[in-house]
Formats: sequence, C-alpha cells, structure tokens
Amino acid sequence: MPHDAEAIAEQVFTALADPSRRAILATLASRGPVTATDLAARLPITRQAIAKHLALLAEAGLVTAEPGERRRVRYRLRSAPMQVAQQFLAALARDWDRPLEALTEHLDRRARKAAATPPEEARGCHD
Amino acid sequence: MGFPDRIERTVEIAHPPGEVWAALTTAEGLAAWFGNEATIDLRPGGSARMSWSSGFMVDMRVGRVEEPTTFGFTWQIYGLPKKDPRRTYVEFTLEPTDAGTRLTVVESGFAQLPPDAYRTAYDGNSEGWASELGELVSYLDAA
Repeated sequence: MPHDAEAIAEQVFTALADPSRRAILATLASRGPVTATDLAARLPITRQAIAKHLALLAEAGLVTAEPGERRRVRYRLRSAPMQVAQQFLAALARDWDRPLEALTEHLDRRARKAAATPPEEARGCHD
Repeated sequence: MGFPDRIERTVEIAHPPGEVWAALTTAEGLAAWFGNEATIDLRPGGSARMSWSSGFMVDMRVGRVEEPTTFGFTWQIYGLPKKDPRRTYVEFTLEPTDAGTRLTVVESGFAQLPPDAYRTAYDGNSEGWASELGELVSYLDAA
C-alpha cells in the first residue's frame, strides 16, 4: 500500500472509476463485512470478476480481508484512503472565485446606493 | 504534490479597507455577499455561522481580528461530515492601495494530516466503534 497522500488518492480514484467496484464498495458500506459469495449473490457480477475487483480494492487499501477459511473470508470496507482522497476533493471543491466576485459586487452596489442618496449635510451645502 | 494544501486569491477592490473590513466581519456584511444569513461574535475565539437558503450551514471560529488588516477564522472542511473535527484556516489580509484595497484570502490545511496520522486516527476510531458494538452485542447476548 502506498504511503504518500497523492498515490493513495490516485488508487482511490482508479478504484472508483469502475462501476462494478463502486457497487462492491457501496455494498460493503451499507451492509458491513460480507464474503465474495455474498457479493456475487447480490450484484450482477460474476464470482471471478468479484475476486479480481476485491484484489484491486485490497491493494488500494480500500478493503481488508478478515482472517478465515478461504470460502468464508469476509471483506470489510476500510475508509481511511477515502478520507485522503476526500481532502483533495475538498480543496478542489472550495470555490473562492465566486464569493470574491460577490463581495466586489456587494461593495459596488453599496457605493452606488450611497452616491444616489447623499447624506443630509451634503445636500444642505448645495441649497 | 499535485493537489493543493493551500488556496490563495488576491483581488483589487475599488473601495477603502474600512468598507471591505465591514463586509467581511459583520453579520450584515457577510449575509449580503457570502451567506444568506450570518451571525458573528467578532473576537478571537468567537463563534460565527453562515447559512444559505439551500439549507447548507457552516460554523466558523474566529481567529485573528486585527482591524482593518487581518481577519482569520477556521471552518469545517468542505465535504467532510459535520462532526469531523478537522478544519481549514481562512485568513483575509487587507492592504490599502491608491485605488482602494488589495484583498488576499488564503485558505490552508487541506492536507493538514499526513496519511499515517489519518490511518492512526481513523483506525483507532473504527476499532473503537467495532469494540463498542461488540460490547453491546455481548451485553444483549447476556441479557
């Protein structure tokens, strides 16, 4: 399993790019640890394909196999790598451009409003 | 790293620092351009909150208050669960210019914990849950 954040995130995004693997992760997230046989029964994916996807997910650190007899091994979701990927998504999702434009517009609007309604004493000068 | 720990923007604003400061640090100002509603207790350690008509809400903790040059706060990391204690730090810096104000915003802390710390923190957490659930199960089994 890689140790630097970017490599971890890359494996997460690779894992999530495949619909079968997303379905496997979603099943583990909602139902808890299950065996490969359970997954094959629940999902429209062959037992062989599930084994292949589980191996990739384990390599990415997204699932761990509980110790047990081969056919009874249960796979458990491991969300730590997701949190690393989520950090990157958080930075990309933070939008400062729009709020700063809104701030500038707000200050312009205020200034225009102030110019349109001069204070009493200023008006007094012109009378 | 291909991903940022820190986001930085600078804008030139044609209004004096005092007005920009008010827009950043008062409930009325924040509600006018940032959130739809806002509350703020403007002192270091004070609480602030912004909410939007969509129902989205964010809690902030005021950090630096140095009128009219520096305003800093921490808030929740976008996309993480509300209870997650990790926060990013946002700091606004206002510099007077001939035309008005140069405003810089820096948000930092997106990668505040190295992966190992994540692993420790998270694994500790999930084991905690697993053992608590285990205790509940044995309690119910014994009953």
